[in-house]
Amino acid sequence: MVSPPLGYALMLLAVPLSAIILFSFWTQNFMDVDTTFTLNNYREIITEPIYFALLKRSLFVSGTVTCVTVLLAFPVAYFVSFHVPAHRKSLWLFLITIPFWTSYLIRVFLWKVILGYNGVVNTGLINLGIIDEPLTFILYNINAVIITLAHAFAPFAILPIFVALEKIDRSLLEASQDLGESKVSTFFRVTLPLSMPGLVAAVLIVFIPTIGDYVTPELMGGAGGKLIANMIQTQFLALNNAPLGAALAIVAMICVTAVSLLFVFLNRRYLRGRS
Amino acid sequence: MSLRIYAIAYLVFLYAPIVLLPIFAFNDGTIISFPLSGFTTEWFSQLWVTKALHNAVQNSLFIAAITAVMSTVLGICAARAGAMYNFPLKRGILGLVMLPLVLPEIIVAVSLLVVVVQFLDLGLSNWTVIAAHVLICTPFSIAILNGAFQNLDPSMEEAAMDLGESRWSAFRLVTLPLVMPGIISSMLIAFTISLDEFIIAFFLTGANPTMPVYIWGLLRFPGSLPIVMALGTLLVGLSIILLTIAEILRRRGMARAGVKDKGGFL
Amino acid sequence: MTALISLTGVNKYYGDYHALRDINLTINEGEFFSLLGPSGCGKTTLLRTIAGFEGVSEGVVMLGGKNMAGVPANMRPTNMVFQSYAIFPHLTVGENVAFGLRKRKDMDKTAKLAAVDEALTMVGLKGFGDRQAHALSGGQRQRVALARALILKPKVLLLDEPLSALDKKMREQMQVELMRLQRHVGITFILVTHDQEEALVMSDRIAVMFEGEIGQLADPETLYRRPNGRRVAEFIGKMNFLDAEVVSVGDKIEVTVAGLGLCHVDAEQAPAGIAVGAAAVGIRPETLAILFEGETTDRETIAGVVDEVVYYGDMTYYDVRIDGVTETLNIAMKNLIGRPVLDVGEKTTVVWDARSLVLLP
Repeated sequence: MVSPPLGYALMLLAVPLSAIILFSFWTQNFMDVDTTFTLNNYREIITEPIYFALLKRSLFVSGTVTCVTVLLAFPVAYFVSFHVPAHRKSLWLFLITIPFWTSYLIRVFLWKVILGYNGVVNTGLINLGIIDEPLTFILYNINAVIITLAHAFAPFAILPIFVALEKIDRSLLEASQDLGESKVSTFFRVTLPLSMPGLVAAVLIVFIPTIGDYVTPELMGGAGGKLIANMIQTQFLALNNAPLGAALAIVAMICVTAVSLLFVFLNRRYLRGRS
Repeated sequence: MSLRIYAIAYLVFLYAPIVLLPIFAFNDGTIISFPLSGFTTEWFSQLWVTKALHNAVQNSLFIAAITAVMSTVLGICAARAGAMYNFPLKRGILGLVMLPLVLPEIIVAVSLLVVVVQFLDLGLSNWTVIAAHVLICTPFSIAILNGAFQNLDPSMEEAAMDLGESRWSAFRLVTLPLVMPGIISSMLIAFTISLDEFIIAFFLTGANPTMPVYIWGLLRFPGSLPIVMALGTLLVGLSIILLTIAEILRRRGMARAGVKDKGGFL
Repeated sequence: MTALISLTGVNKYYGDYHALRDINLTINEGEFFSLLGPSGCGKTTLLRTIAGFEGVSEGVVMLGGKNMAGVPANMRPTNMVFQSYAIFPHLTVGENVAFGLRKRKDMDKTAKLAAVDEALTMVGLKGFGDRQAHALSGGQRQRVALARALILKPKVLLLDEPLSALDKKMREQMQVELMRLQRHVGITFILVTHDQEEALVMSDRIAVMFEGEIGQLADPETLYRRPNGRRVAEFIGKMNFLDAEVVSVGDKIEVTVAGLGLCHVDAEQAPAGIAVGAAAVGIRPETLAILFEGETTDRETIAGVVDEVVYYGDMTYYDVRIDGVTETLNIAMKNLIGRPVLDVGEKTTVVWDARSLVLLP
């Protein structure tokens, strides 16, 4: 029963992933690919400072987006789980997920409209008399990329946290208060630790995919806001150096995985340290 | 109370870009910025005469329809196996199938590109896009169908067989009607994802672009932006309609199975 | 009585796990038969091999004189009431009951409707046909499941813990109803349960199972009064155990029992092939008694001290310590008029009788 999806995942996921690893040890030779095994691509990534800079910036952006998204999302998930009556919960979740399903490209573009020189934010603030000159630090830089990505990944952060919060037995909270904890300390001693699996899932499901997005930095980032994914895309589609692009993709994946594992490990230690 | 205000503010943040779409779609000006200059339906009528767009839409609909069916079929297999049987390496296998949910899309895109172009030496076409879209849509289908299958009592099919039905007719008479809303809802979601997907399609699309790839092209020409707004308005409308149907069906399925609703998709 | 089901040398393995160990069993026509045992003892597996949901690894299952090997569940003359009832939630009560009639070409629509009506009436749900199945209570679901199975007039009705989801009152009521229903339809019922009281109340015969094998197969009274081993004795009802030493074997068996001294018991109070040497003796709490003030007895007595008192209203259970025995004796006393409830630490006299001893290997 499980073999068709497994077969599909093996054929179109496991095999291609292995292929790209193999491929990253080859080199592009004008129009042909030289299949001699070589570490040249990786050597180039290490020696050329541009790749390191892009990678560092990408991890910074992904990390910041993750923090911002999860921190903003937690209160919403908490509100829906604890304060919305049961029969309206699915309506709230529905409202939260709808924007996520609408054309990603157009959504990103619209943030440009909102944050632009003559955009919604600037005209609004000028009309209100708060500023005289349009703000320029909100478009074509990393800030704009972070805002847009935080918007795009919002439901990904809310849903896992919501699920974890829903699973918490409400009598545990009453037990904690019965044992003398205030509402606030109950939150920190009971609710937060128990919602940790959802928080971890939210962090991973935001952090990992953001590293692979090239649309938002391309449209919103300007010259200084390009990320590693843009470089991968360029190597594959414009510069025609696919093996180097493959190596970059693998290095990016390794970095993201390493950071994620470190996070999961630290989280486990934190939880164990508490109990 | 302050939480409620925060949550509503958050919703405003989520909806801000989408609300702008229709505003600029009906704005009689070629520059997408304030102040607005007047009302027009010009951009919508231009949609009707743009031949290249029609081709892209057709491509995307074709890809999305096939993706929806294939990922739902795979999703049924996985969800049924996951809910009803135990087998060795169950977690590992289901984990691999669900992996595309967290894998950066660019990784999926480039690895498939390498296999198709470098190793198999095949051309790119709608089918390469479909292959990748099925891969990323299957986890969503599984997530939706899991809900449908986990509410299913495994002894239900046995009861039908005990009452004289064969294995297949037990599935047809008992399981299928109970999971049908989930199946349709999974197809609608997969359809919507595939229709919108750009990052992978941009790498794997052949000579005929999909709709998002076409839109990406338009975004570079300021003159065509109002048309993009009009197109976006239609797409958002369509998405909302499809999603509402999916949600209604999902709820009806839950009600039919006599289960209390515990939340939305995923 | 004619045999309807016979299992010969049935074994079932799940990988290394030996779920059924050499089961030999005959179940008669019209019998109310129970498979009793703790969870994980294989009783449900055994039921499912009869139903056809599980194959056997070794051995033969015969049903109505036919070998059932390779016959799938839908081709067997058995029907099952599932533990979860497995009521189809998308169908009405009537559609659920009529489910198995779909392929009956000999019945037209009216005949089917009449059969459904009859079945629902039989289980006390007359007029429920149009209700939605998921709106039913636990007891009602149970009745629908019964009607759905019985409408097909199976040779055997299999019941997998059918009462475990009900509350105590409802369970007792359904026990009586199930017995009445079984007498009414005359079909063989096979009941799987972990509740010894339920099995004792309802069954003609009971097979007690432990770890995949049948520990004892007997009618309820024999099972209770003459358990063949410590496992069965412990599982069914309460039992006091005393160390014993068989001194001689003959028409009467001579045995020295810790605390009670030398006793003579009948051969039928001992397992077959009992030999001289170490053994154990079981005594049911209700066959012991406390001698209250003003009461006399012609049976044996022994002095003791009350160690614990548990008051149940109609009964009081005493734990009494007697000389020469490390464990206390549990004694069940009816709270008759004039009998006081003793306090912990009171000295008392325990009445016992060698006829109530069960010699265990």
